[in-house]
Amino acid sequence: MIGEDLLGIAPLDRARIELILETAERMQEIASRDVKKVPTLRGRTVVNLFFEPSTRTQTSFEIAGKRLAADVVNFSSGSSSLSKAESLLDTAKTLDAMDPDAVIVRHRVAGVPQRIADALQAPVINAGDGAHEHPTQALLDMLTVYQEKSRFEGLTVTIVGDIAHSRVARSNIYGFTKLGAEVRVAGPPTMLPPGIEDLGVKTYTSLREALDGADVVMALRIQLERLTGAYFPSVREYSATFGIDRAKLRFAKSDAIVMHPGPVNRGVELSNELTDDRPSVILDQVRNGVALRMALLYLIAGRRVGEGV
Amino acid sequence: MSRVLIRGGRILDPSIEFDGEGDLLLEDGAIAALGADLPADECEVVEAGGLWVAPGLVDLHTHLREPGQEYKEDLASGGRAAVAGGFTSVACMANTEPTNDDPSVTKYILERAAEDSPARVYPVAAATRRLEGRVMTEMAALRDAGAVAFSDDGHVIMDASVMRRVLEYSTLVDAPIVVHAEDTGLRGEGVMNEGVVSTRLGLPGNPIASEEIHVARDIRLARLTGARLHIAHVSSAGSVDLIRQAKESGLSVTAEVTPHHLALTDESITGFDTNNKVAPPLRTRRDAQVLREALAHGVLDCVATDHAPHAEHEKDVEFTAAPFGVTGLETAFSIVSDLYRAGEISALELIRRLSTAPARIFGISAGTLSVGAQADVVLLDPKKEWKYDASEGFSKSRNSPWSGQNITGRVEATFVNGRLVFRAGRGVVMQ
Repeated sequence: MIGEDLLGIAPLDRARIELILETAERMQEIASRDVKKVPTLRGRTVVNLFFEPSTRTQTSFEIAGKRLAADVVNFSSGSSSLSKAESLLDTAKTLDAMDPDAVIVRHRVAGVPQRIADALQAPVINAGDGAHEHPTQALLDMLTVYQEKSRFEGLTVTIVGDIAHSRVARSNIYGFTKLGAEVRVAGPPTMLPPGIEDLGVKTYTSLREALDGADVVMALRIQLERLTGAYFPSVREYSATFGIDRAKLRFAKSDAIVMHPGPVNRGVELSNELTDDRPSVILDQVRNGVALRMALLYLIAGRRVGEGV
Repeated sequence: MSRVLIRGGRILDPSIEFDGEGDLLLEDGAIAALGADLPADECEVVEAGGLWVAPGLVDLHTHLREPGQEYKEDLASGGRAAVAGGFTSVACMANTEPTNDDPSVTKYILERAAEDSPARVYPVAAATRRLEGRVMTEMAALRDAGAVAFSDDGHVIMDASVMRRVLEYSTLVDAPIVVHAEDTGLRGEGVMNEGVVSTRLGLPGNPIASEEIHVARDIRLARLTGARLHIAHVSSAGSVDLIRQAKESGLSVTAEVTPHHLALTDESITGFDTNNKVAPPLRTRRDAQVLREALAHGVLDCVATDHAPHAEHEKDVEFTAAPFGVTGLETAFSIVSDLYRAGEISALELIRRLSTAPARIFGISAGTLSVGAQADVVLLDPKKEWKYDASEGFSKSRNSPWSGQNITGRVEATFVNGRLVFRAGRGVVMQ
């Protein structure tokens, strides 16, 4: 994968996904060491180009890069010319002229990482673009599920919430269906986008039916400020109909796990206690995120075969 | 005295239902004769063997950007792009800076066009002041200054009572009201057709209903007022149904369709190329097929390009931030003549939709080769393949979805007022 872009899960085949997940499992061992650093990417430069603030994802990439001894540079909207009216592609080309080995792009508009990738020499990793894709989140979710369930075939994964505005939902739909799981999506009709069935999922507006027999329950973050009143009437009604607590979780399999890409609106998407304790695996997701991103940086920004040290 | 003999072409004149081999004589800016084996005495002879000889094409919907946005286009560059695309008459929309909502602006456009543009330019004036959808413009004064129609185009008149009065008042000047049919509230933040593809791409969708609601509204208002309603750039199969019903009930409703809505679909956006971002958005394959059939059968009266030049730096941004619109004058014949090559429309009908029909809708004297008419003539090769490169084109802007592609159907020569203004391979000839 060296030099290749990672723009989404949709373009990946199953073998690619498995390679990334296997590499991530090997990376996990590094995090358990006393000195959590290996020289694999020494002398490599990784740029975090975040047009939309995301402390969690940016930090995860930064730690991942540093554990591999890469130089990680953060170029975010608060600290750079992005706050001026510099054009997107000018910014990207300026960075490219500094010869980075990978550029990680987050933007609130779908398609920006692809446009930047088209303009750059360096490989681009999409760290989330609009409601399009968030491939590293989906890959870390797949890694987390695999660690819990040791398989994908035959699993039922239920994604609950605002499917329409969610890049996490789309990337996970592509990923889990490619790996042989059954994916269901559930939410208020206003949050189920048209034609979503074409992506190979079943849609539900009954949470109970959607959870019936599920192995994995993934709740999505709701943008409360923007959507309350327009897409659902109130937080109270949302939480009553699509919020997940221990009582509703009984509809799922007894060993079902609960996931959330974070940050959780406690008491809205997930009850407070479910956020903190098993069967929720939210902190495992975060932990796996670092290993997964180490794997990607290694695969994408690593040395080519035969390249001198 | 100038005499041009266009010899041995396939002459297509929908105004007299003529389709046959022959010669065409242009004399002193007028069509002097149409017939077999016309004498070539004292004539400049243009051989047209294997070519179509047709009345100059007419485009009811362009944005020529002058005055105010000359960095995108001006009347000179837009006029050159027009004749390079075979268009001898083009109507230009009112969203200039200042807005064409005052006779002084209308006259300015006409004076500048007479100086600079090789194509004839017909201003469409605003229907409401500053395109704000509130106060109607002085339609009589604007008509007297040279406006041929009235439209707020993309600045949709959302208040139905304002629209009703605009339509009602327009009957005083007997000019068509052109509407960009779209409920802007329902469109919301939508930047492409809402459907499977927008769901895949995660881009905000604009549902087909936002167009059809306004097509239905404005047809009802046309019935209420008896006005001449022209529906711009129809994009959906449902709109076609509404227009067909309106025509069957005898209303004075006409409609246009763009080359891009005939040829492209929302699938074209898969690469997030903003040169596929248009308003109304590219729809589904089925919609495009219905539009093609409707054009062939005349439910949609004519082709109009909605030529909307934008600078590269304006288009080369986030998909949601890019302005809507594509250029179209230089590629329209190639794209639309695909219907002929696919056997969906006859040559004569195609020329009717590109020339005779639009001329009639706006009351422009064009679209005919009858003796005595002004000698606006185009020579077309419907089978010639060529490579279109927008950076080498005549428009100042390059926002074409077809740039860099090989396309079929080429404009070989364009005459305005009996004079050669464009010749393929030689470019635009200003005299």
